Amino acid sequence: MTDSASMPAPEKIPFWRNPTIRAYGFQAVMLVGLVLLALVIYRNTLANLTLRGINTGFAFLSNEAGFGIGETSAIPMINPGFFYFLFSTLGVALGLFLLFRYLIQAEGNGKNRFMLAAGGVLFIGSLGCFYTSISLVETYTYTHAATYVTALVTGLINTLKVAVLGCVLSTILGLFIALARLSPNWLLKKLAHAYIEINRNIPVLMHLFFWYFIVFQRLPGVRQSASLFDTVFFNNRGVYLPRPVFQENFALFFVAIFLSLVIVLFLWLHGRKRQGLTGKKTPLMVPCLGVMIGLPALVYLFTGTPFHFDYPVLKGFNFKGGMTLTPEFMALVTGLTVYVSAFNAEIIRSGIESVSKGQTEAGRALSMSEGRIMRKVVLPQALRVIIPPMTSEYLAIAKNSSLAVAIGYPDLVSIGGTILNQTGQSIEVIGIWMTVYLIISLLISIGMNWYNAKIRLIQR
Amino acid sequence: MKTTVQPYRGDRPPIFKTGALNWMKNNLFSPWYNAVLTVVTGALLYILVTPLWRWGVTNACFGTTPDVCKDNHGACWAFIQDMWPVFMVGTYPSDQRWRVALAAGLVAVLIIATLFRALRKQRVLHLCWVLSPIVIFILVRGGEVFHLSHVPSTQWGGLMLTVFLSLVSMIFAFPLSVLLALGRQSDMPVIRSVSVAYIELVRGVPLISILFMASVVLPLFFPPEMEFSKIMRAVVGITLFFAAYLAENIRGGLQGLSQGQYEAADALGLGYWKKTGFIILPQALRIVLPPMVNNFIGILKDTSLVGIIGLIDLLQVAFAATSNPKWLGKIEEAYLFVALFYWIMCYSLSKFSRILEERYQL
Repeated sequence: MTDSASMPAPEKIPFWRNPTIRAYGFQAVMLVGLVLLALVIYRNTLANLTLRGINTGFAFLSNEAGFGIGETSAIPMINPGFFYFLFSTLGVALGLFLLFRYLIQAEGNGKNRFMLAAGGVLFIGSLGCFYTSISLVETYTYTHAATYVTALVTGLINTLKVAVLGCVLSTILGLFIALARLSPNWLLKKLAHAYIEINRNIPVLMHLFFWYFIVFQRLPGVRQSASLFDTVFFNNRGVYLPRPVFQENFALFFVAIFLSLVIVLFLWLHGRKRQGLTGKKTPLMVPCLGVMIGLPALVYLFTGTPFHFDYPVLKGFNFKGGMTLTPEFMALVTGLTVYVSAFNAEIIRSGIESVSKGQTEAGRALSMSEGRIMRKVVLPQALRVIIPPMTSEYLAIAKNSSLAVAIGYPDLVSIGGTILNQTGQSIEVIGIWMTVYLIISLLISIGMNWYNAKIRLIQR
Repeated sequence: MKTTVQPYRGDRPPIFKTGALNWMKNNLFSPWYNAVLTVVTGALLYILVTPLWRWGVTNACFGTTPDVCKDNHGACWAFIQDMWPVFMVGTYPSDQRWRVALAAGLVAVLIIATLFRALRKQRVLHLCWVLSPIVIFILVRGGEVFHLSHVPSTQWGGLMLTVFLSLVSMIFAFPLSVLLALGRQSDMPVIRSVSVAYIELVRGVPLISILFMASVVLPLFFPPEMEFSKIMRAVVGITLFFAAYLAENIRGGLQGLSQGQYEAADALGLGYWKKTGFIILPQALRIVLPPMVNNFIGILKDTSLVGIIGLIDLLQVAFAATSNPKWLGKIEEAYLFVALFYWIMCYSLSKFSRILEERYQL
């Protein structure tokens, strides 16, 4: 009692030393500072723009572009047919999702039966809609007379093309390099190590320049083209490939193939589920083969060949027909793939090495085969380590595809650069770039995070 | 009965169980498919390396004049021998190149001095390091100090520019990234959301768009009287870009620190800045030193993009040198030379980062 009486009354903390109030003060100062900075920048920018006679706003986007683009692709027109197509695709995906949810869950109860039925109906119905919608989608391509928007969309499609191809190819190549790096063969191991160390310590722009100026531009001229079985030609104007030409009813054929794949997957998962529940194996070989061959064959009988190949042929000074991959495209995809595959290989290798040796040995003790140990024991655990850094590599590919501007491949940045030079609308163009790349990055992150959450170790 | 004891004759174990042959058997030819793999890899290596060797060494020619390379199928190293100062300093005036060489020598002396353990703790050496950027900047730029003629930054180029851009960007990006990382960990919602927004925005867009922004839009933000040199714009762009990446690394260090350190600092009654400056940052920065070196490798490689906004860095100097009428089209040699430089810098830095990692046993 005496203790507390002898204690001096607690000194009142002055308000400027109160942490809460200080925090508010800090934040208010920061906010005011940022707003002031933004205002100053805004005023300066307006003054500078009027000085240079540049109008602000996005009105210029509907002006005629007037420049040529080396690589154009079909852009779907935004009309009811396109939305029909979009929604039926979504319906197919949703139906598939419901179908497979039923199979992945262990027990089958009434609610799940309902899900199965709903999924099946949705899937079949949407597939029908999808088939009818294909002919309703109209497309247009970029020409000199098209608007700046069309030019930017063409650029965006080119960017996406390179990014997706780069992600897929660099993952496959990286996986092979990683396996070579882990191989017991000394020579192969050292070679893979050298590949990784050489490629990842050289700037990506240098890779692009190497493939563009030293490889693809130094290929022989048109008349001396190098050829592969007289169907694929390499020369300094690009790579010429046979192009599939689709017949009238081609879509039905592909729908049939897709449907048969889904049925096989369904049967397989169903068999696996049954084995899990009852321990009985379902013979699947015959029905699967039957579906795989039977369904497309049936469609084939009705519709005839779905497509034939149009081969490139040397006529006069250039190749006619077929499909051309420009040297810029080839250089960009090859350069990005080689550069990123070195990083991917290291990521995959460290992921596989992170799985403890005891796991492999336990697999062997259970007399599993080496391949099965890899697939069922090591890889699922390694993937948890691999996915997060791999995500940032995919993001890097999407962002590095913007280096296309250095070798003249018409991607979003390079077309935007042309527009920037023509119109002087620098703020708007850079704003468009940043928004588009932010959206792409966000989508990749969301997708990979979803996958990561899916395979993550579930701790009970 | 007499038993015969075989005397030990010093028999060696069979040659296939030890030595080079055993190593080869185990590492190259052990199961049959490994032997196939070895043969295929060896063949591939042979196919790749022989033409390169023939081009670069056997058929190559040396000298300093273009005519030694006439009717020669190999590499023309005479080009490199003649032009290598240009690769180092770009269009820096040739009679002033000694200044750059002197600056490089100063740095080399400092590095060698730092390698000695006894000197490492000396205050004088630390002071030298801190002052060295200023001295080097004055030495290279000149401008009526010590009667050195002024060399405008438009004439800087080559390896010098690459190193300059990456070092200066790193020096500026470091404090900014520490603030951003601390801001992201802060309890104050405004500061945290501003830091998060900045970091995620910058990490979501390509460097090239930031460089374009720095070179085209940045001058619009300031009053028209203000002039920015191209190099300064590039430095601003690279700094802003890498600060975000660096901040994420430093945040990793801040999170890697045990909660007890924060609590202990609080228990000692330290304020925020004292806690951060004396307790948290010294430990967190030590953890993130290796990833920071890797980040610097990233900066070094990505400075090559400044060529797109019109600076002549190490990569672009290869183009500039091969467009010289005397050495037209010697692009392979130029590329190999430049690639070698990038490779040596990045590879040694990555080795350095690995050594740091081992030293701190992370």
